[in-house]
Amino acid sequence: MVLLGGSGVGKSSLAMRFGRDEFYTTSPTVGCAYMTRVVHLSDVTLRFEIWDTAGQEKYHSVTPLYYRGAHAALLVYDISKRETFIRAQMWLKELENQYIQGSTVIWLVGNKGDLAQNRQVSVQEGQGLASHKGLFFIETSALSGEHISELLQSVAHRVYESIGGHQGGLSEWQETPIVELQHRDTSNPFASCCKVGP
Amino acid sequence: MVTHRAHHLFGTYSEGRDQPRPPSILIGRLNLSSEIPDVCCGIAPDVSAVHQSDWDGIMERDNHQEGEAQGVKICDPPSESNPLAHTLATSLSLLGNHMFPDQVERNDSGTANKEETVDSFISDITAEEPSLDAESHSNQVTKLDTEETENPECQNIASTQPTDGGTEDAADNDQSDSGEFVVTMLAKAKLEEQGLGVKGRSSPLLEAGTQECPAFITHREEDVTADSWRQHRKHVFVLSEAGKPIYSRYGSEEALSSTMGVMMALVSFVQSGDNIIRSVYSEEHTVVFLQKGPLVLVCVSSSRQSEQQLRGELLYVYYQIISMLTQASISRIFEHKKNYDLRRLLAGSEKILDGLLNLVDSDPSFLLAAVHCLPIASSLRDSLSQILQKAITPNLVFSILIAKNQLLTIVQEKNVIEDSRLEPADVHLLLNLIGASSAFQAGEIWTPICLPLFNPDCYFYAYISYLDPPECTVCLLLLSTDKEAFYAVAECKRKIEEAMVAQNSLSLIAKAHSYSVSQVGVSDLRHFMYKPFDVPDNYRQLTQFTSPEMEAPYSSEEEKMRLLDLYRYMHSRIHSTSRPLKLIYHVAERETLLAWVTSKFELYTCFSPLVTKACAITAITKLLRWIKKEEDRLFIRYPPKYSTTPNPSKSSRSGKSDQQDSTDNGFLSLL
Repeated sequence: MVLLGGSGVGKSSLAMRFGRDEFYTTSPTVGCAYMTRVVHLSDVTLRFEIWDTAGQEKYHSVTPLYYRGAHAALLVYDISKRETFIRAQMWLKELENQYIQGSTVIWLVGNKGDLAQNRQVSVQEGQGLASHKGLFFIETSALSGEHISELLQSVAHRVYESIGGHQGGLSEWQETPIVELQHRDTSNPFASCCKVGP
Repeated sequence: MVTHRAHHLFGTYSEGRDQPRPPSILIGRLNLSSEIPDVCCGIAPDVSAVHQSDWDGIMERDNHQEGEAQGVKICDPPSESNPLAHTLATSLSLLGNHMFPDQVERNDSGTANKEETVDSFISDITAEEPSLDAESHSNQVTKLDTEETENPECQNIASTQPTDGGTEDAADNDQSDSGEFVVTMLAKAKLEEQGLGVKGRSSPLLEAGTQECPAFITHREEDVTADSWRQHRKHVFVLSEAGKPIYSRYGSEEALSSTMGVMMALVSFVQSGDNIIRSVYSEEHTVVFLQKGPLVLVCVSSSRQSEQQLRGELLYVYYQIISMLTQASISRIFEHKKNYDLRRLLAGSEKILDGLLNLVDSDPSFLLAAVHCLPIASSLRDSLSQILQKAITPNLVFSILIAKNQLLTIVQEKNVIEDSRLEPADVHLLLNLIGASSAFQAGEIWTPICLPLFNPDCYFYAYISYLDPPECTVCLLLLSTDKEAFYAVAECKRKIEEAMVAQNSLSLIAKAHSYSVSQVGVSDLRHFMYKPFDVPDNYRQLTQFTSPEMEAPYSSEEEKMRLLDLYRYMHSRIHSTSRPLKLIYHVAERETLLAWVTSKFELYTCFSPLVTKACAITAITKLLRWIKKEEDRLFIRYPPKYSTTPNPSKSSRSGKSDQQDSTDNGFLSLL
């Protein structure tokens, strides 16, 4: 799973919620942070590798390293800052242009739900964009933890479905040696960001 | 926006600027003679044109006009025999006006704030009333911002203002309703975003983001007109050659744009006479200039440090910027677009620069240009090195283990070490980066970083992870030349972690701590810093130094700083360019210091005030004997190596293999 979006929208805070269910005031991410999180669904367990990218412009040249081949991409924007919404759309464009291969589930995440009183991007707008582009949509708050676990659960479900949908896709996956599934050697270790455990 | 006007002041600048106007000199409410008492200019020799008599003449003339020149624009070109000297004096005083204010000036300004005043003179705004309005308004906004840092509207304003051109000033001033104001700003922001987005470049993302403002704001909000702002011990400013603000240690860059414009005016004025401005001295402050490629760095300090030391610190700031963007990208960017706003790329990195400057002030490693390593038993250091040596992967070039912000050990790729070594300054930058990163929260970080002294044009990829969460004192740093090597390098970390668990290294490291000066067993000795020089047997080794904890009476922050200042003074005397010294015995008010430099070491010692010269010399002999005995514990003696280059014959220096990367690092496509 890869988190994308402008700087200061709360990607790292979301990632921290996913990873440890805690909230910190984070400082701007340097480069890219990596975390893992195991999600239990009713019948399977998914191990998420979470790439929390830096929103700062100087790191954009390296970001494709992380979203290439990701199974889930979260496009995060700040509901109280319109420009971040525009920026999320640009990320979407970039994803669509180059790296989407049908198997990536994309979510549009309006973060900072706790700042609803300063809202600049309405729920309808977010929803509208999402349905127009065929994305999933949710509003969250990393600060209060609202909708975080729902988001994680539904991402897990969707990813599992999309994988289950074409089992053949499994053979295209690359495993890093830490995962217990059989190891398939390929040239690009970044091709997989999210894997199914036993 | 201010720059071209400022350049314009002198009529000597030929950068393609719009609005050609007759050369004019603007004199505002300046009380020249009392502004900067005792100004002497450290410009290189060729400035003989500026005679003392000219200066006096100028001062007189300006004084004379002071009474009637309130807010009046004087457009006559100077009629003195030396117009250059005149303009230099004017801009000096403009700079002085902001940096070193005097009572008269402030009273004069009344309620209007000074920044605004200087700005309005420069920008030819003769009407004074609207600025008042706008000022009170923006104060209000800033206050709001501090109360709720998450408030997006405020941030938006803060981030939008600088990008707007000069024409918007008037419009802003007219805004009375805050809601309307915000809406206007937002509309502008949006327009700009969209305008940028449709240019049809390969990546729309690279076009956006001029509006971005980091969510954390610390010193950035400071009121640059307040006395407290002026009283900071050391200001650091970074600007582009076009005069665009890039960084200011205190206060926001946009609020300081006119000050920076004046700085740039000074630089380019002196440059126009084929000279380089190096420093300006006033009674209270030293202003040091450093030009590095398209960047101009300025330090305004009241710390009594030598010009050389201050310039060294500016160089660190420059290197830190390079470490994030590389020298090649910076020069390419400015080659394409002279007035590029580099803050766009540095957004979010202010904290790294702030952190660096705080370290520079509080950590003597920067002064000594050497690294401090944590004293541990040499057997433990060797076993740690061996662990690092075994956990390798292709293209890994440096493995560094850090505890409590001090080096534990460092292992280098064999072929790298043949060609060069890691410079202390590069290590300092890495340590600072670790401090500023959120690695302690995130788990693992993978980031491009350039080591400017190793190779200023290429990126390494740094893997940063703490080995002992949640305490987060032991940090592993692995540098690779392959940007796709994350998983391979992360695997190295797991190997290292396992080996360290097996050997119980973490608990041994936890016990390690810096030593007390009392262990040396010399009664009057309070503190020391010892830096051995490279001697043949450890040739090409990382320059290190050792120093005990600062203990009573140097336990408070103020006292620590005072001792460091004394050391800085000793250092400046030893390394003075005009009269370098080998040995100084300095009796200060509350202590006695002795500094000694030989071909083998550099030593700074601090004794109690009652020590005699003879005592001090015996003490130093004892100290040197003790250091010799403890050498293996205090220093990394024989940095180990490993070989990871897949095909050593192909590239002897890893930097070369990375050359390709620097060209596709994406910055070019920004333009």
